[in-house]
Amino acid sequence: MTTGPRRSRFRAFGLRTRLLLAFLLVAGVSAGTTAALTYREARNAVLQTAQDTAVTSFRDQVQQTGFGLPLQGGEDLEFVLRDIARKGKPHPWVVFAEYGSVRASSGENPVSTVITPELRRAARANPHGSFERVVKDGVPYLTIAMPMVFKASPDSLLPSGLVLYAVMRMTDEQLNVDALLMAARDGALPGLAVALIPGLIAARSVLRPVRELRQAAQSMGSGRLDTRIPVRGSDELADLARTFNESAGQLEQSVRELREAEARARRFASDVSHELRTPLAGMLAVTEVLDEDADHLDADTARAVRLVSAETGKLAVLVEDLMEISRFDARAAELNADEVDVAEAIRKTLHNRHWSDDRVRTELPDGIRARLDPRRFDLVIANLVGNALRHGSAPVTVSLRAETRSASPPVLITEVRDSGPGIRPESLPHIFDRFYKADAARTRSAGSGLGLAITLENVKLHNGTIRAGNLPGGGAVFTVEIPRHAEEAGG
Amino acid sequence: MSRVLLIEDDPAVREGVELGLRRRGHEVRAAATGEAGLAAMTEFRPDLLLLDLMLPGMNGVQVCRRVRERSQLPIIMLTARGDDFDVVIGLEAGADDYIVKPARTEVIEARIRAVLRRLDDGGAGRQAIEVYGELTVDRVGLTVTKAGRPLALAPSELKLLLHLCAAPEQVFSRQQLLEHVWDHSYHADARLVDACVARLRGKIEDEAGSPRYVQTLRGFGYRFGPL
Repeated sequence: MTTGPRRSRFRAFGLRTRLLLAFLLVAGVSAGTTAALTYREARNAVLQTAQDTAVTSFRDQVQQTGFGLPLQGGEDLEFVLRDIARKGKPHPWVVFAEYGSVRASSGENPVSTVITPELRRAARANPHGSFERVVKDGVPYLTIAMPMVFKASPDSLLPSGLVLYAVMRMTDEQLNVDALLMAARDGALPGLAVALIPGLIAARSVLRPVRELRQAAQSMGSGRLDTRIPVRGSDELADLARTFNESAGQLEQSVRELREAEARARRFASDVSHELRTPLAGMLAVTEVLDEDADHLDADTARAVRLVSAETGKLAVLVEDLMEISRFDARAAELNADEVDVAEAIRKTLHNRHWSDDRVRTELPDGIRARLDPRRFDLVIANLVGNALRHGSAPVTVSLRAETRSASPPVLITEVRDSGPGIRPESLPHIFDRFYKADAARTRSAGSGLGLAITLENVKLHNGTIRAGNLPGGGAVFTVEIPRHAEEAGG
Repeated sequence: MSRVLLIEDDPAVREGVELGLRRRGHEVRAAATGEAGLAAMTEFRPDLLLLDLMLPGMNGVQVCRRVRERSQLPIIMLTARGDDFDVVIGLEAGADDYIVKPARTEVIEARIRAVLRRLDDGGAGRQAIEVYGELTVDRVGLTVTKAGRPLALAPSELKLLLHLCAAPEQVFSRQQLLEHVWDHSYHADARLVDACVARLRGKIEDEAGSPRYVQTLRGFGYRFGPL
């Protein structure tokens, strides 16, 4: 988890940037390593050769030169030193001599500022001579120390106390080495730049399938399940594309099967209701005959006849409701909107159902107009009031108000409240379900069991919402909110 | 009581509706196909045609058009709700009203009575003959002429025109027209009004696209004039 922020910061770069960076890193490391190794080897070779030549040549010079010991400083010694200095290889050098307190050199100063104490110590320790590379004031020097020795026996050498030093400028070698460094750098940088091109090509070849995959996934997400991507070549990305296409195919098929099954189920419900409607039309037309003649029949036959008549009526309502709900399911329900005076529409609904007595009270301000489907709005109000009278208890109050909220279109709010015990909390989430029975003991209500489900669909068709709840003082309340799509009445 | 010609292919519905209406004192002739119904028309002389839209062979809409070619017999379609498309086509073909099946006999009879009802006289003391532009409306003889030429108006078209021109320039909402002209409930299908207005305009207006007589007030309804 602690690596989270870092990883996400890395991911903040696009895949293209990351691929390019990785490519450049690899190219840079290999070019740099090659250049560095080449440089080191070449530099060593250049310097080694110069050193070896210088050390060997100095040793020879020193050995060939005879020094009278104990040594006296002065012209003679400087002359000898200058003689050695002239024969310096590969470059001229300055020779210094140190013997006891005697200091002499072939140059201007008798004592060198370049020779280090370490070299002096090494010179005393090693009779075959030592050397050291020193850089002073930006100028590279090779300093060689060569002690004069006596051959006491074939195996042992005795130091004479005289030590000769040679100081040689290595400027030429340094120039060579610098040239090498320049060459290595000049080779590596263009190489790095050239590496960008295959890097870009590789990134492109990886990224194009990735982009296609992304677009295809988006297309699938937006519902075009027949989306496929072209498979190119036989690399891992082609495998990925193939897998994507196979999964898409399977998904498309399952969705198609599901949709077909759902459509079949809906068509079946719709077909059943259609088929039931024709015999019902014949039966319903003659229920009146049954009702009228029942009075003249014997008691049992009369009861049977009245039962058939009453249940035929209920069956007709149920079939109509089933037809209605299957039209919503098939999205075949149309909104035939008209501008109406809402208070008048509600009053007509209550009047048509003979709910004009004390059982239903109204709080309907005049002058609220809205664009509604009058038939569907009538069904909504009638269902809610009928439901309140059946399951709650009178008086039922229907109230209406228009509300304008900021940042949303004006809405029409209709509330239907009853004076019953309210809806049990566990029933509230299911109250709009089809055939939901709030009371398990009640096997069949006066309605079809589809009333509130149809109400919900009708409200949704108006782009509205409906919710059920309980009042603080008891009693259920249904609240319908529908966008008005209309201005205040006038003109 | 009235003479009703019923064209319905389903035997149960045909028999049920026939039985119910006959019990209420109507004289009913039932036919199973459109062809048989049209053949019975001249001989039976019905007051009203009760027409199922879904018929084998010649369908209800075709029967409706054929009847309208020669007579202004009141026509009520029998439809199933959900066959919305058929309702609109049937109304455009000239039907005056429709009934959604299944329906009780009392509902069917109420529709029949409403279609056959003569409009209450728009106002007592009115002149029997009124002239509006090129239109001459005879409220007693129930005829309408345009520039002297008699117009063949279906019952619903005539009633709508009489209702609108009884109060020129007054706006009626579609709900009000449904209640007063068709005796429907306030919440019935307003496409009934729109289809009838469209048919009426086709007969009385010079150009149905820019009507003079029956004008639309968007969002409110229809009115007669101003000319």
